[in-house]
Amino acid sequence: MIWKYGIFCAILSGSVWGTFWQVIFTILGILTTGQQLSLEIAPTLFSGALIGLVYLISSRNIQLKQHVIFVFTTIFLIYGVTFGDPYFGKDENVFIEFILVLITSSFIWISIYLSLKNVSIGKLSRYQTEKFYIRLLWGLGLITLILITLIPFYIMIMTSLKNQQSLILNPLDLSLDFSNGFNNLFVSYIELFKNYNFHIFLMNSFFVSIVTVLITLLFSIPGAYALARLKFPGKEWFSGSVILIYLIPSIVLVIPLYAVFSQLGLRNSLFGLIIVYPATTIPVALYMLRGYFSTLSSEIDDAAIMDGLSRLQIIYKIAMPLSKPAIVSVALYVFMIAWNEFLFAFMFLDDPNLFTLSRGIISLNSSEVPQQHLMAGAVIATIPIMMIFIYLEKFLISGLTTGSVKG
Amino acid sequence: MKKIVKRKESILSIREKKLAYSLVLPTMILVLSIVIIPLLANFWISFKPISLGDLRPPKLILKENLRSKLSPTNDFAKIQYRYRNSSSKYYLTDVTFTDLLPKGITVTSINSQHYCDIEKNKLICKLGKIEPKAFGKVILTITKNEFWNDDVNPKFHKPKATYNSTNILTSLEFTLDNFKKIFSASEFWDVLKVSIYYTFFGTAGALLIGLFTAQIVNRSFKGRPFIRGLLLFPYVSPVIAVAFSWVILFDPYSGIVNSLFIQMEVIEKPINFFGQKYTPISIFGYEFNFPLALSMVIIFEIWRYFPLSFLFILARIQSIPQDIYEAAEIDGATPLQQFYYLSIPFLIGIIAVLFLLRFIWTFNKFDDIFLLTGGNAGTRTLTVNVYEQAFAISNLGAGAAVAVVIFTFLLVFSVFFMKFSKKEAI
Repeated sequence: MIWKYGIFCAILSGSVWGTFWQVIFTILGILTTGQQLSLEIAPTLFSGALIGLVYLISSRNIQLKQHVIFVFTTIFLIYGVTFGDPYFGKDENVFIEFILVLITSSFIWISIYLSLKNVSIGKLSRYQTEKFYIRLLWGLGLITLILITLIPFYIMIMTSLKNQQSLILNPLDLSLDFSNGFNNLFVSYIELFKNYNFHIFLMNSFFVSIVTVLITLLFSIPGAYALARLKFPGKEWFSGSVILIYLIPSIVLVIPLYAVFSQLGLRNSLFGLIIVYPATTIPVALYMLRGYFSTLSSEIDDAAIMDGLSRLQIIYKIAMPLSKPAIVSVALYVFMIAWNEFLFAFMFLDDPNLFTLSRGIISLNSSEVPQQHLMAGAVIATIPIMMIFIYLEKFLISGLTTGSVKG
Repeated sequence: MKKIVKRKESILSIREKKLAYSLVLPTMILVLSIVIIPLLANFWISFKPISLGDLRPPKLILKENLRSKLSPTNDFAKIQYRYRNSSSKYYLTDVTFTDLLPKGITVTSINSQHYCDIEKNKLICKLGKIEPKAFGKVILTITKNEFWNDDVNPKFHKPKATYNSTNILTSLEFTLDNFKKIFSASEFWDVLKVSIYYTFFGTAGALLIGLFTAQIVNRSFKGRPFIRGLLLFPYVSPVIAVAFSWVILFDPYSGIVNSLFIQMEVIEKPINFFGQKYTPISIFGYEFNFPLALSMVIIFEIWRYFPLSFLFILARIQSIPQDIYEAAEIDGATPLQQFYYLSIPFLIGIIAVLFLLRFIWTFNKFDDIFLLTGGNAGTRTLTVNVYEQAFAISNLGAGAAVAVVIFTFLLVFSVFFMKFSKKEAI
């Protein structure tokens, strides 16, 4: 049962963190500085294990001074075992290398320190063992998840800021080149707005999404209120079919809609999209709002009826103000669906003046358009939805949890 | 007294019913016309021999030409009408065209195979039935009369045609060829298999990672709300943006992953992650073909949708009463025991419902695969096949037939879903 001993835990966490941070910071170093580093795992694995062991045996009274000492010992060890050349490269910048080793060592040390907090030298109890391994996995898992989530976005933004020559010269060099001024950095964006009509696409996307939100709310608020409050025959049947309709995929609808819209002349128009989008979002909105309306007390409604308000007035003056958070959630969620929609926009729109962003970016995906333009387009499509998400995260999350079994 | 109250109530309830219907009706009409009717129309189209080109109904193309001009020195001229059936497949029936002629000219002769006549100054030609692609002409010889002057233009009026054409969408011509064609195609079973693999592994993977993430984020730490928001990015951003950044990230020539692997000497030659159907892998001397592109597409699916599972499971975890964990802690239960005996029983219901729902939606997924690989390299699922048949091969009928197959699967899944979700209100 060697894995239950504190010493094993110390060596394990030291070598795991040593390897982990070395891999991450070597890759980050290559991407952000453009240096041609090679990945050397052995030095940090060894140093990490040793530091872990030393820390476990030491008095473990850690103040700022001791932190600094441990970090510099790690750096010293890494330089020591590699004979002063930690990346075994040819002609790298020594200063950049040192900064990189410093960052790597600090992260290795802090990670080891945090994972060995409650570990003693001798044999650990089952509870302590599990706590240690879970903490180790928790740290590794959290950092890995964050990195995996962010890397594609990082690549997207960095690629959009590069120019053609430097990308061909060294695809790994994503460092920003400020030497030619600020405008040169955003040359792809300027190009997209100047020559590829992205301002029109942006306007179209906003127009279609906002109109979709308005129509969806206009239809679903009264409908949801009726389903939540009023008694009428066929109600159960209706609310049951709402959720089923919600499961029908757009790909099953696209052929008949394409055929009929072609013959009616609605196909190549934003009006066509404005009919189709709400039809796909209303069932979700109805489902979400019905749930919220039925949590409101019906006694208020009864009192309002006594005071002589009609049902429509109740919806407008009582139900809507009370359910503002739910309506905002629905609106955001519908906006997100409409903004991100791809299939119908792709199938319906042929005229570049009518393109939404999704459709416009597809038209950039050809060998004639350089890839940094494509990525700049992707960034332009992502930024508005991200801004909304960051400002109104609370609402969107509650919208997601009630509605977004779809998507 | 009692009676009156009762009657009053029933009047109220009738009014309420009327109101309820008027509130629900607009939604019903819109959803009916954009979802239910197209769904039925899809069944209709799947039994029809219809291609993309047939969407333009057959038309009569009619052109009027003036050959030589009437002038003070020239007494005779000809008007030529040329007609053609635009369709290469369908007849035009009861074709008639009319044209008005100006007062200043007189028709001396009509040269046509069909019945043509002049009534006052109106030309009527009855062409009858015109075969697909067929064409012909009608030539009038005209001369000046006493009303003629220099301003008279023989072409002053545009000829008008009336005819009946068969619209293949609305005709009663049916066939089973579409279904025969898609089921007999050798690739169909491959497509079905790929769909099932993609759906199963995509759903299960996203759910597992989601469960893991929920466990991680459930611990309190600094910046937790921020991290929770950050982990939702893949789901919230437009599919087109993230799909293309994955394509560029894994590009065989200029992609960062390939360049990194080559620089670190992990691989010798670049790998075409989204374009290579199989890559040979040997583990313990046992060689097998690893479906590379399909796996990449599944990984993308997991990456994009794990946030959703994570969000649902986290919400459920946070609704578990904390005191049972405190009690377990006092009793000396280890973290794994707590997870296994306390958390899992609470979560199993939501996991089952999420699995079914995500299974349905992954099965329906089109955008992601279409944007990543276009359905090539062994990644063609049923949904991509709809597009491929209907719009790439231009056989709308076959595409609709594939959509019918998808819908049938969906019905089966929905029945399961309805049964489960009643137990576990989501």
